[in-house]
Amino acid sequence: MLKQIEGSRAIAEAVALCRPEVICAYPITPQTHIVEALGEMVKKEEIEHCEFINVESEFAALSVAIGSSAAGARSYTATASQGILFMAEAVYNAAGLGLPIVMTIGNRAIGAPINIWNDHSDSMSMRDAGWIQLFAETNQEAADLHIQAFRLAEELSCPVMVCVDGFILTHAYDRVDIPTQQQVDAYLPRFEPVQILDVDEPVSIGAMVGPDAFFEVRYLQHHKQLMALDLIPRLADEFRQKFGRDAGGLIRSYRCDDAETIVVALGSLVGTIKDAVDGMREAGHRIGVVSICSFRPFPLAAVRAALVRAKRVVVVEKCFAVGIGGIVSDGVRKALAGSQVPTYTAIAGLGGRPVTQKSLVGLFESAQGDALEQLNFLDLKRDVVEREIARGRKQRRAGPSAEAILRDLRALRSGIPLGAA
Amino acid sequence: MTQQPVKFYQTGTFTVGNRLLPGDERAVQANMRRTNSLNSGHRACQGCGEALGARYAIDAAMQATGNRVIAINATGCLEVFSTPYPETSWQIPWMHSLFGNAAAVAAGVAAALRIKGGKGAKVIAQGGDGGTTDIGFGCLSGMFERNDDVLYICYDNEAYMNTGVQRSSATPPAARTATTMSVGRHPGNVFGTGKNVPLIAMAHHIPYVATASVANLRDLEAKVTRAMGVSGARYIHIHVPCPLGWGSQPADTIKIARLAVESGLFPLFEAVDGEVTARYQLRRRVPVEDYLRLQRRFAHLFGATPDTQTIAAIQAMADRNVRTFGLEAA
Repeated sequence: MLKQIEGSRAIAEAVALCRPEVICAYPITPQTHIVEALGEMVKKEEIEHCEFINVESEFAALSVAIGSSAAGARSYTATASQGILFMAEAVYNAAGLGLPIVMTIGNRAIGAPINIWNDHSDSMSMRDAGWIQLFAETNQEAADLHIQAFRLAEELSCPVMVCVDGFILTHAYDRVDIPTQQQVDAYLPRFEPVQILDVDEPVSIGAMVGPDAFFEVRYLQHHKQLMALDLIPRLADEFRQKFGRDAGGLIRSYRCDDAETIVVALGSLVGTIKDAVDGMREAGHRIGVVSICSFRPFPLAAVRAALVRAKRVVVVEKCFAVGIGGIVSDGVRKALAGSQVPTYTAIAGLGGRPVTQKSLVGLFESAQGDALEQLNFLDLKRDVVEREIARGRKQRRAGPSAEAILRDLRALRSGIPLGAA
Repeated sequence: MTQQPVKFYQTGTFTVGNRLLPGDERAVQANMRRTNSLNSGHRACQGCGEALGARYAIDAAMQATGNRVIAINATGCLEVFSTPYPETSWQIPWMHSLFGNAAAVAAGVAAALRIKGGKGAKVIAQGGDGGTTDIGFGCLSGMFERNDDVLYICYDNEAYMNTGVQRSSATPPAARTATTMSVGRHPGNVFGTGKNVPLIAMAHHIPYVATASVANLRDLEAKVTRAMGVSGARYIHIHVPCPLGWGSQPADTIKIARLAVESGLFPLFEAVDGEVTARYQLRRRVPVEDYLRLQRRFAHLFGATPDTQTIAAIQAMADRNVRTFGLEAA
């Protein structure tokens, strides 16, 4: 049914249709509306046979889900930002134990400085934890990916993160087609775990594994991700047949057929880039977009096939590996290994900095002239950064940069010369 | 405690001799049908109080529930010595997740059992003092406050033994550990304010809280049995000597545990809905010195010139317990 609905509400309704049995909730912006909606649905008994548990931390939220999943219940939680860091230990643990938990990430920056706005630093911090990570481009896809995520998680016995841009998607009112219970039931069978904590068949789970077997366990986690490379497109195909629309899959190409320049991005940013590309196409530029939905497993072969005929690739990413540069571009370069396609990285939108079409077009036009550095920072306020660097050269002082910049600005505004404060 | 009227005691102890009792009154551990939930062959040290406490507690819980117990274990000695992959000593469904989340994982299992039916299974979370009073404290308090249907058992050996005897918030003052060395002007652990987790559990007004000791088997079993008959969040704190960490003789584990109780340093009591309802009355109170002298972690108190001031301060702690919990018969 078509609804004009907040992204968080759409996600909550999709999760509800998946018949979750245990939902753990801890508030953190911007995922709160999702669990609030689910809590209300459980309390009104719109979701039957479901426990909604308010816990005392994100660490507990995922730990409760670990327990409930190990005891055979379909388990769900959601978090963001500092929350995923606080539960980091449990994130790795859930993957190591092979528990098919589904978790929404309302993507948000990580502090300090504390910042509630959108970027992908939080999901990226857990990219190697053994979870499958799917990034939603729109709110329709965010809702649909959750339905696929439970199926994927349970077929592989592997946890899945659905990454949804905070505010840009979670708080945006959009037209979303919410499927019927019958449709979802036909797509997502009941959860039948292979091994649970059962008094009639006692097993020990989570033993201390030494050097003789740990390596193999890790490898088998990798193998699950490789299996997901096959399963994700199959589930997306089946989804299209049953629901009549595209969602998920490994990657999607847009206007790439004859493209000389191909832009790569994740999440809602792809929508803005598509608009920029449409404008440039009208002006005769041969440019297209590849959006990566499955960041883990990273679809090396599909990315290579989509990009290898381009003259250049620009990866625009909302995350930043401090001390080296891009994170998504690392994977893209690996996919293009041995080819001669130059790959540029543009770090953009950190901490919610708007990524405008104007800036993107400027970036892509520079790329077309191959006038870009390998690592670029879109709309970084160079003057602020350089003033602070210069001040630091004159007067070495430890402390937080944000406050140092502020002191600097105040000094300038008040007319007090630098260094007098 | 006044649980059974039998007056026969084994020589030198206050433990009731099982052989003198009718079969149905004997301890779970004396019963041929005991489940050996934590089976032999594990890798605990000689004289390990925790291994003993865990077997007593889980076997009693199994008997109380018709063998329907699921256990969640925090990281620590008990986890490591019982499940070196691919072996396991556990005869029950058992899971280890992390150091600090046993209470939360157990709450999740309890939630799943409520939804899935659960075959009448009951959930126990267990961990050492580090996993309970320090790193797992947030999850523990959350589980209490929600009144989740979980019995949490803390096996308190008063330090992080698995990592090599470092101080925890349960380490007593003056005790030598690897991080409270017996050197300097104030050797051993500091005299802090203490952290009495059973009292903190009671402050949550959960339905059942008890302390127990491996020196008092029947009392321990009775408390676990009572806890398994109650729904909601329950907490049992068991004092378990650690020969390795305490520097004591493996053969003295029970003796030392008994001296901790009889000196008043480890009071045994029960509390229902946040109020103390029963306490173990000391029949022959002993000075704390008797307890301290058997452990090398307190050896610096008994050098050429005994540290009488520190010993007196520890005695004062015991005296306060006796007053606070009313441990001496009037």
